[in-house]
Amino acid sequence: MTQTIDTQTVKHIANLVRLGISEEEAQTFSGQFSSIIDYFNLLNEADTENVPPASDLANAENVLREDEVKPSMSREEFLKNAPNSEGGYVKVLTVLEGQ
Amino acid sequence: MNHLTIQELRQLLITKQISSVELTRATLQRIREADAKVQSYVTVTDELALEQAKRADERIAKNENVTPLTGIPFAMKDCISTRGVRTTCSSKILESYIPQYDATVTNKLNDAGAVLVGKTNMDEFGMGSSTENSAFPATKNPWDLTRVPGGSSGGSAAALSANLATFAIGEDTGGSVRQPASFCGVTGIKPTYGRVSRYGLISLVSSFDSIGPFARDAYDCATVLEHIAGHDEKDSTTYQSPVPNYTSTINKPVKGMKLGIPKEYFVAGMDAGVESAIQEAIRQYEKLGMEIHEVSLPHTKYGLPVYYLLLFAEASSNLARFDGTRFGLSVSENAKDAIDIYLQTRRAGFGDEVKRRMMLGAYALSAGYYDAYYLKAQKVRTLLRRDFESAFASCDVLLAPISPTTAFKIGEKTDDPLEMYLSDIYTVATNPAGVPALALPCGFSKDMPVGLQLIGKHLDEATLFQVGHAYQQVTDWHKKLPPL
Amino acid sequence: MKLTYEPVIGLEIHGELLTNSKMFCSCSADYASAPEPNVNICPVCTGLPGALPVANKKATELAALVGLALNCSINKHNTFARKNYFYPDLPKGYQISQYELPIAERGWMDVTSPLTPLLLGEGLGAREQLRVRVRRVHIEEDTAKLSHEKNYALVDFNRAGVPLLEIVSEPDMRTVEAALDYTTKIRAILRYLGVNSGDMEKGVLRFEANVSVRPVGSEELRTRTEIKNLNSFRALTRAAQYEIERQIKIYEAGGEVIQETLGWDDARGVTTSQRSKEDAHDYRYFPEPDLPPLKLSDAWIDSIRKRLPELPEAKTSRFISDFGLTPSEARFLTSELSLANYFEAVLSKSKSSAKAVHSWIAGELMRTLNESNLSIDELTLSPESFAKLIDMTTNKIISGNSAKVVFNEMVKAGGDPEQIVKEKNLAQVSDENLIQEIVTKILDDNPSEIEKYHAGKETLLQWFVGQAARATKGKADPALTKELMLKGLEERRK
Ligand SMILES: [Zn+2]
Repeated sequence: MTQTIDTQTVKHIANLVRLGISEEEAQTFSGQFSSIIDYFNLLNEADTENVPPASDLANAENVLREDEVKPSMSREEFLKNAPNSEGGYVKVLTVLEGQ
Repeated sequence: MNHLTIQELRQLLITKQISSVELTRATLQRIREADAKVQSYVTVTDELALEQAKRADERIAKNENVTPLTGIPFAMKDCISTRGVRTTCSSKILESYIPQYDATVTNKLNDAGAVLVGKTNMDEFGMGSSTENSAFPATKNPWDLTRVPGGSSGGSAAALSANLATFAIGEDTGGSVRQPASFCGVTGIKPTYGRVSRYGLISLVSSFDSIGPFARDAYDCATVLEHIAGHDEKDSTTYQSPVPNYTSTINKPVKGMKLGIPKEYFVAGMDAGVESAIQEAIRQYEKLGMEIHEVSLPHTKYGLPVYYLLLFAEASSNLARFDGTRFGLSVSENAKDAIDIYLQTRRAGFGDEVKRRMMLGAYALSAGYYDAYYLKAQKVRTLLRRDFESAFASCDVLLAPISPTTAFKIGEKTDDPLEMYLSDIYTVATNPAGVPALALPCGFSKDMPVGLQLIGKHLDEATLFQVGHAYQQVTDWHKKLPPL
Repeated sequence: MKLTYEPVIGLEIHGELLTNSKMFCSCSADYASAPEPNVNICPVCTGLPGALPVANKKATELAALVGLALNCSINKHNTFARKNYFYPDLPKGYQISQYELPIAERGWMDVTSPLTPLLLGEGLGAREQLRVRVRRVHIEEDTAKLSHEKNYALVDFNRAGVPLLEIVSEPDMRTVEAALDYTTKIRAILRYLGVNSGDMEKGVLRFEANVSVRPVGSEELRTRTEIKNLNSFRALTRAAQYEIERQIKIYEAGGEVIQETLGWDDARGVTTSQRSKEDAHDYRYFPEPDLPPLKLSDAWIDSIRKRLPELPEAKTSRFISDFGLTPSEARFLTSELSLANYFEAVLSKSKSSAKAVHSWIAGELMRTLNESNLSIDELTLSPESFAKLIDMTTNKIISGNSAKVVFNEMVKAGGDPEQIVKEKNLAQVSDENLIQEIVTKILDDNPSEIEKYHAGKETLLQWFVGQAARATKGKADPALTKELMLKGLEERRK
């Protein structure tokens, strides 16, 4: 199956990962993505009947922490890296409705 | 003394023929002289290094808690968090980010008394094979300054190769230690996934990322790995099992051991010079008494799509936290709301390759495509693992090329992303499988270094070091220095 | 002909788990008592680059406990997953949750509901028992807290990463009352298990309702809307009711309901569209690679099962069968574990009937608790003393009125009921001779009232008894007084 990823799709996935892109960029990416996705379709040849996904086969299991409280990091240090803060809070713009 | 091994410098340090401060000064001096050309460092930590060196000297003077790494200058890939020292991932989005905490590996090296001289350049967030995809100037290959050092840990490999550190920490997601080791003519290991803690490593692919050292030889690599490996309660994916004393078994003879040659790795497309260096190494092992067997890893051709699909998917999620609110770049001009800040910050902060991979990851995970791409890739990943399991049923270690070519020219492959991906063909399958692999210099092709990789069973780094060390006892490729 | 509609309601309940530390890091989970914003934080819960999650053992145990209490099967292999979306309260750009393989699935909860939905306008009738299927119970992490200012918001990460349990039902409820009963019962179970305080004002328990309507008799599932962030039972019932009526109006006008996420505006009493989140509704779930799967053994599951206390339903049945209480009495006493425990403690020390103990608890005790705004756990009145007091009234040592005086004294200042009765001289007079004397005196003193009584004004009996009570300061045994008074009045009739 050959798939093309049109600019509409590129814009949609760019929005999913909150990436601003221009019309021009969308066109460039569209061309590149189609050939890459096309190459990925090679996987369809592999017979995976009754093969479990590897994500279920981790090298560890039941790694759990005791429910104990440890000291926090300093708020001052945390906020030092924040572009905006106020009264001990991180300050952000809100998300407008309807966007 | 910048070209000496850890082992050699350790002798000089504990016999007090040199001090760590002298050694560190010499390294910093060498960086000032040579790194203008190589551009391997993103940040040089002069002051901190001299402070750490002084403390190392005190430890040595008091003979307190002296480890083989005490007082040894090292470089670290700039994706590993260092408290108070800028950690950029070679991305604009983290250009002035100073972590508030140390990675577990950073802590371990501090505890061992090693001396951090700087943070090295890389492909942005580890996405690339040439260290050209960086917000900083591209790192050059010390063997030929018009060529790339490989990537993504190109800065670390080049720094070591140019004698700008005694060892260097890299990180391998799909060849990011082995390929630059091969291009720069140094030794490097991608340990078993989960052997070294990822806590504080800025994630590219959570289920592939493996921190590993570059060093002058297998022995030094073993020494460093002994100090950075081990279970970490802060990383749920680390193995519980204790770390073996690799250097204590490294001298065991390899006679009678079985060396597997995966036939799928020796197909058309490899440079003749690369192939002949590899074949020569196989003959060398035969002379050392190893039994050579051809083995098959039948799903090798699926390695690339599996690797890239899972990388795209995980990376698209791992990079979501770079949103301009708590740290890093924040572009808020004319922003109406939080979403505008996300869109603008991420547009300005990420390079094209990162953008491509995040978008493709979102695509592979999105409703309607998950089964065909992400889930399918996870299933084929199981097949890749099984390939290695069945190969290791009949042999102790596998030998394979690392890259079809030697280091290519800067700018040669930046246009076509797919072409760049295809050059990772020999290194990517090990990461989805989780197995360890050791890169060794094994010759030259047209004056550029060629490397090979030894691939081992899960957690069997000891055998890799043993087999790698045996080779380096009878060859001197690892001792060659670039004409810089 | 006008169609009649029935609602189809499914519920999601988000409850914070009572652990000491957060779900994936060792920061304190007690954000409610944090003195300042951003003091219970670390690289993990603020989503700093390179930080990794480690799952909280206690939280997984509590989650399994809830799963078992809701009759679910525990998934022996369960995994964490990432739910990807951007929002200022979500530091990593994804929430760690469970998706394909939650810790528990396929349970149920019995609820009662009026046979005829109120909507049909038939009024209250008989109630029916209804089994609501619980689709899944899964673990996730809470988000940071946003305080909205005029043009911006302030983020406090003290709450980020606090363990949350999500309990998802199938759309099995057909009345708002059933939804109310379901949530009430789940809240009671969570409190019985000690996994959640149930303190809705503090936001530790929140509801989301999926609502659609369809013509009665139809089996189709029509487009549903999702009402988020319902923080009280009142909000849940009002919002669901509003949404049902809104949808019916749309259908009756020939329109179509659109699938969307709604908010509930409590002040205006309307649901409102929240389109902003709709946009990024493709959450791109995938298994969390930073966390290995949980593999739960049968032995582990059994050990959790052993920790299950007697749950409200079972306790109610036992109270009915063992103590002879009515269903409504038993349900009242088992509505809170502490209440049920207190009841049983008093009953075990008392020789009086369960009914007597119930009526004291439902009456005086509840009145006192409500008036003083205390919870039963804050009560200093020991079950022993309370039992003694109840027995003294049963044995007619003191009158009911006196007992109330003693009760109030004990709640305020503690003390032994016998002691208080002595000090206050409240012991009931049951001496027939003494009461007879008083009765005779009252009758002798009031001939005109006796005449009126004999003339047919029989309500005066109460007045006579009241006079006797006044003369004895309420200590005279009222039944005996009444009997003797009646006898005396009859004797003087001739
Ligand atoms: Zn935390």
